[in-house]
Amino acid sequence: MTADDQLLRLRERLSRLKNMSLLGGATLSSDLKRLQKQIEQLEAAPTLTGEQIWHSVELARHEKRPYTLDYVERLIDDWVELHGDRTRADDPAIVAGIGRFNDRTVALIGHQKGRDIKERKYRNFGMAHPEGYRKAMRVMQLAERHRFPVLTLIDTPGAWPGVAAEQHGQGGTLARSHQLMADLTVPVVATIIGEGGSGGASAIGLADRVLMQENAIYSVITPEGCAAILWRDAGQAQKAAAAFKPDAAHCLELGVIDVIVPEPAGGAQNDYDEAAQLLGESIEQELGEIEDESGTALRRQRRAKFRSLGVFAPVL
Amino acid sequence: MTEGGVDVSIERKGETRAEDGRRGPNTCPSCHSHYRDDELRASLRVCPQCGHHFPMPARERIDSLADPDTFEEEALDVRSSDPLDFFDLRPYPERLAEAELETGLGEAVVIGSALLDSNPCELAVMDFSFMGGSMGSAVGEKFARACESAAERSVPLVSVTASGGARMQEGILSLMQLPKTVCAVEELYDSGGAMFSVMAHPTTAGVLASFASLGDVIVAEPGALLAFTGPRVVQQTTKERLPDDFGLAESNLRFGHIDGIVLRPDLKPFLARLLRLFANDR
Repeated sequence: MTADDQLLRLRERLSRLKNMSLLGGATLSSDLKRLQKQIEQLEAAPTLTGEQIWHSVELARHEKRPYTLDYVERLIDDWVELHGDRTRADDPAIVAGIGRFNDRTVALIGHQKGRDIKERKYRNFGMAHPEGYRKAMRVMQLAERHRFPVLTLIDTPGAWPGVAAEQHGQGGTLARSHQLMADLTVPVVATIIGEGGSGGASAIGLADRVLMQENAIYSVITPEGCAAILWRDAGQAQKAAAAFKPDAAHCLELGVIDVIVPEPAGGAQNDYDEAAQLLGESIEQELGEIEDESGTALRRQRRAKFRSLGVFAPVL
Repeated sequence: MTEGGVDVSIERKGETRAEDGRRGPNTCPSCHSHYRDDELRASLRVCPQCGHHFPMPARERIDSLADPDTFEEEALDVRSSDPLDFFDLRPYPERLAEAELETGLGEAVVIGSALLDSNPCELAVMDFSFMGGSMGSAVGEKFARACESAAERSVPLVSVTASGGARMQEGILSLMQLPKTVCAVEELYDSGGAMFSVMAHPTTAGVLASFASLGDVIVAEPGALLAFTGPRVVQQTTKERLPDDFGLAESNLRFGHIDGIVLRPDLKPFLARLLRLFANDR
């Protein structure tokens, strides 16, 4: 399906919603507003060439790109980081905690990469073991218990592919993290802030609103991994990225994300403060729209939204 | 498990291994016995010599589980499309057409209602020979519909998985089938429904990291590879020394990830027992 077809589908959906005004409560009008905003963003976003997509991949992985704790420092007051999965270990590849975001207590969970070689190794390049996802899950449960909204920041090449990770149940843990998010009745806003790689990303991405920074990527596999399998040559990563289109504009077109978060000129790495301010504004906007809805309505809509994702034939 | 006996490669996707060009699909990788296709079919594709479980096509699996003439297929019209105009070495629609010709299936999963030893249930059965059992939008949609059909009729869902993971040719939309199928399972559970997950060789990556791992009861076939990441990639990425039983059903049982290992001839009576036990629940 081309971008034009996608736009057409959005427009059709929009016009259908408009005709349904008699049925419309607050939910419908916010849905409408969101679709309108998406159409505006789509029209503003240029269709990227393969080269531009690769530029996004490079920026998403830029060694100076702000990471989760850089945003925590700038957006969250009274931050208390929570450690450990209460079963086995503390996984530094995922940070989790509670704090104040614009005067409300929230739980925040994010992948964390390291800045220098030592920290990169400590953070395992943002690639978490099951222990990390279990930590994320227990903090989400804490948030559910105390009605704190959940914010997640996604930035991982993927869940860690190691022997211990497998033995400790990587696949099943990712499944249960998705499952827990499908069950939450508190508002959940997820943002892809760098690399959104595979099940390790979507496991903390099943949210009411999914945001994505302008130069972030969200994909089913790394470009290198895709190239190694389909082209049988990891060196063809650029071709693979151009083919599977992990950039924000394409994710928006496909309905996978709701909003593109702008970055400072040239990319988030150029100005952490501005990047954090823009991210904070977007999260506040989205959270503000949903936080007064009832928990059961949120959960129902969240499930319905993910249930509808995908393009197949015959198109309904 | 015999030493080195079970083939855990997921990369070969039904092709003969390069280092063993003589071996056909009906030669046992464990004991090297040769069979005619009808012989293997008659033995539920379990090697009569050594008990190795060969991959089982979805239609044969359904025949082995459903009572005769009770399976009613659903969502036959749900087929893959090509949302990204994906082209690697060949265009995605060409790969789809080829898979359809090879397997006689419209997609990598077959769903429908059935009686299993007279117990009503919904079946969702994957077929590894259709593009490595990969999950794209159509597979996710069919699985979600199986959940909905089970909930609607208040019958348990029996899922049989065999998958290399998400279908890369559908890019991010294939990843979105993880949350999508999980949401469908949660809706089923909230309706009071049950799901039994049977993991056949191989159940990996996106399918393991979503609905397959969420069964009320999870069992696997002997020797099945159940891993989020397959052994080749783990080896390449980490340079770790892999245990001989890396990711196998037996190892998963030992580490507490599955409830049991069920031999293929025992699967129907086992599922029938579960269906009877959970029927109280309704």
